[in-house]
Amino acid sequence: MSLLSPQSIQRIDHEIAKYPADQKRSAVMSALRIAQEQHGWLPRELMASVAEHLELPAIAVFEVASFYEMYNLKPMGRHKLTVCTNVPCALSGADHFCESLKKKLGIGFNEVTADGEFSLKEGQCFGACGDAPVLLVNNHTMHSFMTEEKLDALLKELKS
Amino acid sequence: MTQVIMGGCDGENTWRLKDYVARGGYEALRKVLSGMTPDQVITEVKTSALRGRGGAGFPTGLKWTFMPKNYVGDKYVVCNSDEGEPGTFKDRDILRYNPHALIEGMIIAAFAMGATRGYNYIHGEIWSVYERCEEAIEEARSAGFLGNNILGSSFSFNLYNHHGYGAYICGEETALLESIEGKKGQPRYKPPFPATYGLYGKPTTINNTETFASVPWIIQHGGQAFLEIGRPNNGGSKMFSVSGHVNKPGNYEVPMGTPFATLLEMAGGMRDGRAIKAVIPGGSSMPVLPGHIMMQTDMDYDSIAKAGSMLGSGAVIVMDDTTCMVGMLERLAWFYHEESCGQCTPCREGTGWLYRIIHRIEHGQGRMEDLDLLLSLSDNIQGRTICALGDAAAMPVRSFVNHFRAEFEHHITHKRCLVGSAHSEKAA
Ligand SMILES: Cc1cc2nc3c(=O)[nH]c(=O)nc-3n(C[C@H](O)[C@H](O)[C@H](O)COP(=O)(O)O)c2cc1C
Ligand code: SF4
Ligand code: FES
Repeated sequence: MSLLSPQSIQRIDHEIAKYPADQKRSAVMSALRIAQEQHGWLPRELMASVAEHLELPAIAVFEVASFYEMYNLKPMGRHKLTVCTNVPCALSGADHFCESLKKKLGIGFNEVTADGEFSLKEGQCFGACGDAPVLLVNNHTMHSFMTEEKLDALLKELKS
Repeated sequence: MTQVIMGGCDGENTWRLKDYVARGGYEALRKVLSGMTPDQVITEVKTSALRGRGGAGFPTGLKWTFMPKNYVGDKYVVCNSDEGEPGTFKDRDILRYNPHALIEGMIIAAFAMGATRGYNYIHGEIWSVYERCEEAIEEARSAGFLGNNILGSSFSFNLYNHHGYGAYICGEETALLESIEGKKGQPRYKPPFPATYGLYGKPTTINNTETFASVPWIIQHGGQAFLEIGRPNNGGSKMFSVSGHVNKPGNYEVPMGTPFATLLEMAGGMRDGRAIKAVIPGGSSMPVLPGHIMMQTDMDYDSIAKAGSMLGSGAVIVMDDTTCMVGMLERLAWFYHEESCGQCTPCREGTGWLYRIIHRIEHGQGRMEDLDLLLSLSDNIQGRTICALGDAAAMPVRSFVNHFRAEFEHHITHKRCLVGSAHSEKAA
């Protein structure tokens, strides 16, 4: 039985249609993304369902999931926060921002808060260096020009 | 001042098809389809002296002639919007504020090279931009600019967005093709080049977002007019992403050949009025230059090369006199080590080794002989790998150590930083 929801399957099929009929495999990145949106992270069984739907060996799917950084191979907090700490951002306050973020959450990079609400990750360049400091929530929502005040408001909003 | 790419755009409010058409959009495509031959299109692009905006600066018109002409079967054009080179954020603005310029540019390119399908590979971390591009392509399709028999002609072309998910290496063009094929993004050996063996093994041309987005203007106004905006061999205007210690970080589209000092002024000058120490003029992979050299340099491929660096992606990272060069290089070295795809030993092992040495210098445990070791390691990585990530990791190291050697030596002998920035407070 596929662990993919009917909605996920519909969305994956929309992606498959972007590629030549004999190149279903090209949709594996979006299929994994959609599976992760459904479940929050990618357990093996879920990846196996992706493989089955795309008619691929499971290993071909695991290989992709482990290569790209935005796939969660482990359970994450309800909100995964990723901060860019690369040089252009570091020059514009990302280091200080990370320190206060760690203090507020009480965790370091690659850790999850005890209440399961937040995970914290260090990111590479998001291609948004002019907006530093930048923070991503669950891969898809970017928050720009972060300040202490904006961070407090955001954390409050996410917790509620 | 003529702006080829962002001229007439007003941020969030004018990205839709109707706005693009109102400012003359898709006129170039009409011109092409109502009588130009593919060769004429390529000739215009050659005349313009447009050079690839993705980093290498390869002449675009020439690249387009590498595609086989009488090939039977699918040919592809692929846009590299995987903008991940630290300091670069121009393609994101093109995609979100002027996506139809890219779409029109890709359609014209496809016509010139006889391509039937195209993909736009979008950087993973900019999800909302991907969603907007999905909408923009839908708009173009409904209006008959994409699909079969475009504008009633015999030319057909389909375009799709492909979303990345976090791998800098996929910006390398053959890794990007592997990624679209649904594999790990590991660069291919070249030759064969993509023009003979590209996506799904078919002839493929890959260009950067800004490169494609320059094409409609070139067709509409002529290659000569584009060339004249800039300098010989350095045609057009160019978007520079200015970041770091300036008052107004952002994208500034200026004619090629604009003095760096003018660009810095446009970006609001140095933050807090501090002195300029160093600039990386073309994205983190390019050699860093001392500020006083940059203040004498113009922003075009040839001028920056003469000054000892490269224009690269046009990402201008500005550092003031509070910046610890050892700390900055440590962060870059970690980046390249993390992003190495691991296929070649010199890159996989070498980037880790570089990082560990710089890390120990930064943390007060360096040895004087480490500096020459860094240089010889860089020499041993550069030119010995499948793709240019190895070079990209080596070039910053060499230039940081050569231009700011005294600062590295100070870290080694005094076990702390010369400038006293935040980085110097780190515990060993
Ligand atoms: C490690 C690495 C990363 C790259 N990243 C990008 C990128 O993010 N965007 C881009 O357009 N080109 C990037 N390139 C250059 C591409 O391989 C390719 O040269 C370029 O997309 C060609 O387009 P152009 O001729 O229009 O510049 C990268 C190259 C390397 C080696
Ligand atoms: S140079 Fe590095 S990133 Fe490029 S193919 Fe080799 S190992 Fe991979
Ligand atoms: S360096 Fe942080 S977004 Fe580019």
